[in-house]
Amino acid sequence: MTKHWPVISLISVLLVGLVLPLATGASPPGFYVEVLLGGLMTGVLYSLVALGFALIFKASGVFNFAQGAMVLFAALAVARMAEQMPLWLAMILALAIMVVLAWLIERLVLRPLVNQEAITLFMATLGVTYFLDGFGQTVWGSDIYSIELGIAKEPVMILEGLFQGGILVNKDDFVAALVAAALVAGLAVFFQKTATGRALRAVADDHQAAQSIGIPLNRIWVIVWSVAGLVALVAGVIWGAKLGVQFSVSLVALKALPVVILGGFTSVPGAIVGGLIIGVGEKMAEVFLGPVLVRAFDLAGGGIENWFAYVLALLFLLVRPEGLFGERHIDRV
Amino acid sequence: MLYRENGQFKSSYGEDQQMLPILQDRRVMFGLLAFAFFGVPFLASDYLFLSILIPFLILTLAAIGLNLLVGYCGQISIGHAAFMSVGAYAAYNLALRVPQLNFLVVLVLAGLVAALVGMLFGIPSLRIKGLYLAVATLAAQFFMDWVFARVKWFTNYSHSGSVSTAPVELFGWRLDSPPEKYLFLLGVLVVFTVIAKNLVRGHLGREWMAMRDMDVAAEVIGIRPVYAKLTAFAVSSFYCGVAGALYGFIYLGSWEPLAFNLTLSLNLLFMIIIGGMGSLLGSYFGAAFIVILPIVLDQVPQMFGIAMSTATTSHLAFMIFGALIVFFLIVEPHGLARLWAIGKEKLRLWPFPH
Amino acid sequence: MKSSSRLGLRTTIVAVSAALAALSAVQVQAQAKEQFFPVLSYRVGAYAPNGTPFANGYVDYLKLLNARDGGINGVKITFEECETEYNTAKGVECYQRLKGKGPTGAAVFHTLSTGITFAVTDVTFADKIPIITAGYGRADSVDGTVFGYNFPLGGTYWGAADMLIQHVGKLEGGLDKLKGKKIALVYHDSPYGKEPIALLEERAKMHGYQLQLLPVTHPGVEQKATWLQIRQNRPDYVFLWGWGVMNSTSIKEAVATGYPRDKMYGVWWSGAEPDVTPAGDGAKGYRSLVFLAPAGQGAVHKDIVKYVYDKGQGTGKKEEIGEVLYNRGMTAALLSTEGVRRAHVKYGKKPLKGEEVRWGLENLAIDAGAIKKLGFDGFMVPVATTCADHEGGSSAMIHVWDGKKWNVQPGTYTPDMAIIKPMIKASAEKYAAEKKIAKRDCAKEQ
Repeated sequence: MTKHWPVISLISVLLVGLVLPLATGASPPGFYVEVLLGGLMTGVLYSLVALGFALIFKASGVFNFAQGAMVLFAALAVARMAEQMPLWLAMILALAIMVVLAWLIERLVLRPLVNQEAITLFMATLGVTYFLDGFGQTVWGSDIYSIELGIAKEPVMILEGLFQGGILVNKDDFVAALVAAALVAGLAVFFQKTATGRALRAVADDHQAAQSIGIPLNRIWVIVWSVAGLVALVAGVIWGAKLGVQFSVSLVALKALPVVILGGFTSVPGAIVGGLIIGVGEKMAEVFLGPVLVRAFDLAGGGIENWFAYVLALLFLLVRPEGLFGERHIDRV
Repeated sequence: MLYRENGQFKSSYGEDQQMLPILQDRRVMFGLLAFAFFGVPFLASDYLFLSILIPFLILTLAAIGLNLLVGYCGQISIGHAAFMSVGAYAAYNLALRVPQLNFLVVLVLAGLVAALVGMLFGIPSLRIKGLYLAVATLAAQFFMDWVFARVKWFTNYSHSGSVSTAPVELFGWRLDSPPEKYLFLLGVLVVFTVIAKNLVRGHLGREWMAMRDMDVAAEVIGIRPVYAKLTAFAVSSFYCGVAGALYGFIYLGSWEPLAFNLTLSLNLLFMIIIGGMGSLLGSYFGAAFIVILPIVLDQVPQMFGIAMSTATTSHLAFMIFGALIVFFLIVEPHGLARLWAIGKEKLRLWPFPH
Repeated sequence: MKSSSRLGLRTTIVAVSAALAALSAVQVQAQAKEQFFPVLSYRVGAYAPNGTPFANGYVDYLKLLNARDGGINGVKITFEECETEYNTAKGVECYQRLKGKGPTGAAVFHTLSTGITFAVTDVTFADKIPIITAGYGRADSVDGTVFGYNFPLGGTYWGAADMLIQHVGKLEGGLDKLKGKKIALVYHDSPYGKEPIALLEERAKMHGYQLQLLPVTHPGVEQKATWLQIRQNRPDYVFLWGWGVMNSTSIKEAVATGYPRDKMYGVWWSGAEPDVTPAGDGAKGYRSLVFLAPAGQGAVHKDIVKYVYDKGQGTGKKEEIGEVLYNRGMTAALLSTEGVRRAHVKYGKKPLKGEEVRWGLENLAIDAGAIKKLGFDGFMVPVATTCADHEGGSSAMIHVWDGKKWNVQPGTYTPDMAIIKPMIKASAEKYAAEKKIAKRDCAKEQ
């Protein structure tokens, strides 16, 4: 019990910080719930991107920095193609494009780099990011495009009885959360029930053992990257419907990095839980902690959410160096 | 035939331990240095100085710093431009508030401030390893970005967040023209390279390399990981801090916090990976590659006479850059320095094939 | 020893020599009787949606002068675009690369970024090439005695902020009624976004309104927390100082948090078609400042269609002609070429050096008659510069988006120089002291 005191104390400090605005009455409870919901929704968006990271790392040990660029590429494909054809057709075509892209990346980039160090693979995916950025903008253009899912953008007020004035929620946030939940459930079923899913888990556990029982490694990697491409497509459509599709969306995917290190590189539930923690922590810190810091240190404005996510992830890493749900890594000499 | 070491005998420990034991190496190195100091200032155009040579020298210094940490000590850091910004702002504040200080003193003090900050952000490396550490170092990058944009004292309460500096004056010699700036930077770089080379060959460097290769075993034989890792962070941040101060004062003259953003950090990392990790010569090659490549890529369509909108040229440049990174990593993961080493090996046998 | 590298030595040598050869390629020198105009633009990146139409307008006007008039007084115009990606280091590199092109060097630069302006200002002193920062750049560069080569023609951010406060004061029934009101500034976290803060704080002290500063980091797609804070504070007005993707995201987030768009006022760089169209119907009622050229088509547009687009030489899409940013680009090109034309009066009708063009820009006298002759009637206000005043007069109006187009509201505002002039003077002198620059003596130089 006392062995776990670092984790317990960190979590207690964070929980205290979380309820502090409510307890001290610094903010009306309705607004507090709005910020909480906003954080959860943002967290869902981050989790969608982090899922892709976790999937690829789990199966092939590659930290795919290009996930953000893949999200953007998929979103651009859907947005541009939807100008010419119905949305569902555009999404199916975009999925096909992502699968082809996955196959190309595996063939041209990853296969020649088998067995290289982690940093080399990471830099290779960084190169892929640059390439996708340029290629996506060449093919689809640099303007702001939109994806119309048909969901109203105006906010809705709920629970007007409980809280004064009600709580403001957005329909598209709920849809995003539902879609993310459905995706995670679908992936869980895929991994547990189907043969391919089991093969993926076998590869994630131990490459050599999986090969020795006859699982084709290269094909599995293509499947993994395609699944990650599907996740990127879903994330791209959700992000794009909310924020609009433009090149700069890929920069937001950088926020998914603290999510994966908090949750653990190899863990799918870690991506979800990590995303929610980061999303809530970020928004709470920005809205409640930010003004306090600004007043205390006479700062030129807030904006602490840029680094707060990373610092939060860093604190968690200090007590659990492999992330909340990551695999414990034992060094042997 | 030309590159053989036959007949070069060492008769003292001093001769044995010199940095360039082979005579041909010494000759080429001194020739290069002589050309760089006395030839280039008269031959190069202003554009070559301002857009290629000066950023090359400054970024080489930063790349050497990052290489000491990543290549020699094995701690991955993708937020190193943060320490460059610490150095730049420290130098700005020192030059502003203590104007009597000599610029060289300002540089060293700025480097020391950066080293302190680097050690602070290096503390997580004692617990976290590998890719987790890489992402954790991004915390340094974003935090520093935020600090210099928000804490008004650092930018002297400038209402635009931008700071500007007067041209550097050194012992009465004002660094106005590009050749003068180039000579100063070259001198600083040569001195710092020699220091880095000696550090790496000595006790400290060997501790770093032991930590890189197998840190558990290193701890077992008595190397203190705290000492090794934190000194690596400190020295590396010192170099980057000095490079950052030079970047701001001499190259940009006027900068805002965005000048030291994530793109610069990633570029530094590209430099040492393409140049060769764990090799000082690799830092030079990598910096040259990264500085020259975008400029060449922007000009290539023009030279072939193809009329293209600047947007397409930029996109092409991005694509080629990404493709080249991947190509290099596939073909030579140890970087250009390795190619150079292979070249020297072949040269020893030349003209014989084996 | 067997080489473990896949790249042969020979291939490496060939590749390296090719790269070196490419680097030392000599640029072909332009022939005589041509004036070179560099065009710094960004057509990629987060700011491309706004940078592209501006660059199109600029280049189209230059092409028009060549096609219709044969250049400026017979001197042909040559130009070259350089991609800056809104990045300071790249902007400086573009400047260095283009400043010497053409028989007499570059005539004038438009940096189209306040950050690049800051970096390039230092260098233009030595190079003696003027930079026009029409409606952006350093607010203190109005002072021509210190900033000899900067021209913030038509307006600066201190003026813009001042005019917004005047308008808001008018809405409230008087500047004294602003006491106790709340104004939030959602700004791009860059020198561009931070410029107006000094003036807004000054005015807050004078009139007693509360100013809330909400910076948005590049690229500006993450604004949920910003708008949650606005929802918490419920300010009476929101001033938007964004650029690129940030603008449309702000409007979308305003829709999502239910903030009334007709209480949102953008600066003149946050009020164009690429900013409002992505938000669809939600952007109705959003309003912003507009200076120099509003949206619409006039005599010069007809000429551009006739001489440029009908001949297949158009830079952008024909539908973009007449949009806010396109017109602004055209007007910027007008200022450049009129500066050269004015300088021809003193120096002769030949290709001019940057220093000579500067004289032209300092003695601009574009009055209503000249505007009509140039075909810009309704798209330009008179500009008259002097050696000490590099702004040449500033005014702006408010326009409102109705879902399909911008409607300009009656009423012109001019900045209150009583407040701004001392700020300019103090800031310019601080710069002169920092950089050790001697002030110009305008009386002597005429």
